[in-house]
Amino acid sequence: MNLVSKISLGAAALGFAVLAAPVQAFEPVKPIDFVIMAGQGGGADRMARLMQSIVEQNDMAGRPLVPTNKSGGSGAEALLALKNATDKDHTIMVTLNSFFTTPLRQPGLEVDILSYAPIGRMAEDTFVLWVHKNEGINTFEEFVAEAKARGSDWVMGGTGSAQEDEIITNFLNGAFGLNMKYIPYSGGGAVARDLAGEQIDSSVNNPSEALGFYESGDVIPLVAFTDERLPFFPDVPTVREKGVQFAYYMQRSVVGAPGMSEEASAYYTDLFTRVFDSDEWQTYRNDKSLLGDFLSGENLMTYWEVQRERHETILKASGDIK
Amino acid sequence: MDVLLHLADGILAALAPINLGLAFLGVVIGLFVGAMPGLGSVNGVAILLPFTFVIQQITGTATSPMIFLAAIYYGAMYGGAISSITLGIPGASTAVATTFDGRPLALKGEAGRALVIAAVASFIGGTVANVVFTGAAPLLASVALKFGNPEIFALMLLAFATFVGLGGDDIPKTLISIFFGLIVSAIGFDIISGTPRLLLFDSTVWFSRGIQFLVLAIGVYGIGEMLWTINSYRYDMKMTEADITMKEVGLSILRFREAWKGTAIGSLLGFFVGILPAAGATPGSLMAYGVAKMVSKDKSKFGKGQPDGVAAPESANNSASTGAMLPMMTLGIPGSPTTAVLLAGMVIWGLQPGPRLFTDQPDFVWPLIGSFYVSNVIAVAVNLAFIPLFLWVLRMPFTILAPLIFVLSVVGIYAAYQNIYDVWLMLFFGIGAFLLRILDYPLAPAVLAIVLGPIAEPTLRQSLILSDGSLSIFFTRPIAGPITVVAIILILLPLFGLIRRKIKASGRGGLTV
Amino acid sequence: MRLAELVTATAIALLSVYLMWKSGEGPSWDPTAQRFANIGINIDGRGPGSGFWPFWLSAAMFLASLAVIFNWATRRSRPSRSDDQYLDAEGKKMLVQVGGGLFAFLGLIHFLGYYGAIFLFLIYSVYYIGRHKLRLTLAVSVAVPVFCFFFFDIAMRIVLPKGYLEPLFLPLYEIFY
Repeated sequence: MNLVSKISLGAAALGFAVLAAPVQAFEPVKPIDFVIMAGQGGGADRMARLMQSIVEQNDMAGRPLVPTNKSGGSGAEALLALKNATDKDHTIMVTLNSFFTTPLRQPGLEVDILSYAPIGRMAEDTFVLWVHKNEGINTFEEFVAEAKARGSDWVMGGTGSAQEDEIITNFLNGAFGLNMKYIPYSGGGAVARDLAGEQIDSSVNNPSEALGFYESGDVIPLVAFTDERLPFFPDVPTVREKGVQFAYYMQRSVVGAPGMSEEASAYYTDLFTRVFDSDEWQTYRNDKSLLGDFLSGENLMTYWEVQRERHETILKASGDIK
Repeated sequence: MDVLLHLADGILAALAPINLGLAFLGVVIGLFVGAMPGLGSVNGVAILLPFTFVIQQITGTATSPMIFLAAIYYGAMYGGAISSITLGIPGASTAVATTFDGRPLALKGEAGRALVIAAVASFIGGTVANVVFTGAAPLLASVALKFGNPEIFALMLLAFATFVGLGGDDIPKTLISIFFGLIVSAIGFDIISGTPRLLLFDSTVWFSRGIQFLVLAIGVYGIGEMLWTINSYRYDMKMTEADITMKEVGLSILRFREAWKGTAIGSLLGFFVGILPAAGATPGSLMAYGVAKMVSKDKSKFGKGQPDGVAAPESANNSASTGAMLPMMTLGIPGSPTTAVLLAGMVIWGLQPGPRLFTDQPDFVWPLIGSFYVSNVIAVAVNLAFIPLFLWVLRMPFTILAPLIFVLSVVGIYAAYQNIYDVWLMLFFGIGAFLLRILDYPLAPAVLAIVLGPIAEPTLRQSLILSDGSLSIFFTRPIAGPITVVAIILILLPLFGLIRRKIKASGRGGLTV
Repeated sequence: MRLAELVTATAIALLSVYLMWKSGEGPSWDPTAQRFANIGINIDGRGPGSGFWPFWLSAAMFLASLAVIFNWATRRSRPSRSDDQYLDAEGKKMLVQVGGGLFAFLGLIHFLGYYGAIFLFLIYSVYYIGRHKLRLTLAVSVAVPVFCFFFFDIAMRIVLPKGYLEPLFLPLYEIFY
């Protein structure tokens, strides 16, 4: 498009704005605020920037997505930013499981997650149990025996407190009679590093976080917390095979601000469906052992409701909420 | 020998026209982004990340986009010093320590000299780091892994120790400043207990995200110091001498020897701190400043325009930024927000950063390392050439410059955190800093504390979880132990000196204490 | 300046006490938690609580402010010996003019957005405080927002708030994106 026609289009857009004419099919008229509910460099951030790149590269949206990291308060900052957004139709967010846990742990936020617009679930990330190769542990059974023997001297590192990693740690402690000590870190990268440096004894990193050390042979996967074995680790059993009914995933979803118009919501769902279907996204999914189909609208709402209940049960059981 | 061959290959690849052009473009972009208060390398790198896909499609390799982003990173490290010196506002968090002596030099009309020192020190720091990086990357990576939480905390203690006496003579006021910074850094969400805390006046909107480092730093330097300057000089500020010809730039380079000590300390210390997990270039430059002051014969000149006080942090932040690349490339773990974005880029381009990158992807690694050398040369040349332009800013009438600095502070904080409450907080801090400054409260220690606090507190608590609450963990571990002991000795040293003076004085007076 | 020194030190002491009290607060999800239950070094074998760090540092800050007051009483520090005025009339005027200007500037951002507020703030400071010519004032106060728009909104993709002036920018987005 040359500049002249851009300017005339601009003038037309101004006309729209002044007349506030009803827009039938929604098109963004300003840069889209693309909030990331996590800090720079983590799994969620990498995925968000990949999505932004795919949109940009294939010119999928009329206005740029402007990513802003709002990781404060375990995502509380991001939830509030969306809730208080002035322009609901131009504010979307990449979210993860703190979408469920943070409103439960911080009732003062007065956030109802079902009021957020369900744009699309892009993937479910998986969790795998890792130990350092110097431990000499090669199977899950050996891990259980060793961890039991060492009691509270066995240290598990994980991201945050009362979040995904600690939920899984509590599950392992309960189901297998362990007494592992849990140390919270601020991000998955730091956990992976401290496992490689043998500062901690085990971790439940996402495959994408531990992949580098796995390929170099420093860390060994023992068990996956999924329903079926991961295609990338065909020899790693699931915890289900060990006789316990448990699976835990991390959602990677895009949500819109509460009160977003139906038209806008439909626009973004369409946009992220195309992102999901792109070659780049599919390649990334396969490389990083991501699971989960694309969900949107009612289906995503139902998924949220189920997940919120599940997290409420888990957190109540561990005493992390009343 | 192998390494040198690889390096020669790498430099040749980096000198290919397209890579050279990208490095030049990246350096210039980085220089401007870094010079803009509030924005740092992370903004430049994050924003241009999508653009690199186009580069990758054109060149067909991941090396060229990476060279481009690394050049932005480099340029921004040089750029941060520019606004620290000319405007007195830190251009980026890494350049805060540069304001300590850079601003007094500029007020004395020697901004040109300070800018030259900063540029040359940056160049030396970057080059030293490159050489160490080339020679010993995998070895250093394994050393870095030995630093767990107790070791990092011990190191933070050492950082505080080097800063004893930074504030001046009034010890209680210096302590208040340090404690205030440390407490403020704890506001917001507590990652370890997983709950918000210290939400002052029960305000979620204002405090749940915590108080970010630049909010305090720009408040103190952009608003507080500016008000203080206006109050002291009543707009009579004249910086007419702030002019420099290319010839004088050359002469200043020749005079650079005066700052060799600060540069040497900064280059080595910066690199070491840079490769450590969780640290990065900001603590690196602050520590370098502290150490340079500690070992100097003339401590009282620091903070009043000492060349070493500019050279140390500037060489350190460049050295540290190269150092921070090391854990990213060899371990796949970012040492700073910027390297986190670079890492995201590498993943998106289809590389797997990690211990095997050097062996699996030599075609990527060596041209990139080669480009570090090349970008560094480009950056120092561009920077020196622009110095007369930067000084033009200082020749503006103060009644125009001052409002511009206020505007840049207000815009910069928003650009950095995208939150209007942070802008208000910055203003409150700034006015508070001005009122305290009149009463001799030193503010640099608070700025240092708010950087180190978020590293020190979690590592302290993680260590204490490990040891079941016993402080002995900081003494018994092989690396943490010696560091802790040295830190404690350094903290107590001034106290011993004080007691000795007291005894001597009382001895002469013939009185017993 | 003697009075100012005492008032400031007392204010810091009070702030420290408030921070100590605030540090003792339990987690937000547990209203039954006891105040100050979280300041120990090893609680339930899970290491220091959330109040450990801020509480003891606030206590230390409280002691340091007492030391400042002690130095005031014994006239050991420079401000406690000085007879100068804390802020002379000229200084107070400056603080009201410049500080007040900054407050108005930030307040205006909420309504007019960044670009409108910068424009008005620069006119105020350059023309009224700086007493420069109107031509120069206008040049500066137009050039700065225009530069900022291109640098932040367009080049850096950092969208600054526009307040009620938002509709004016829509056609600009159309042209530049």
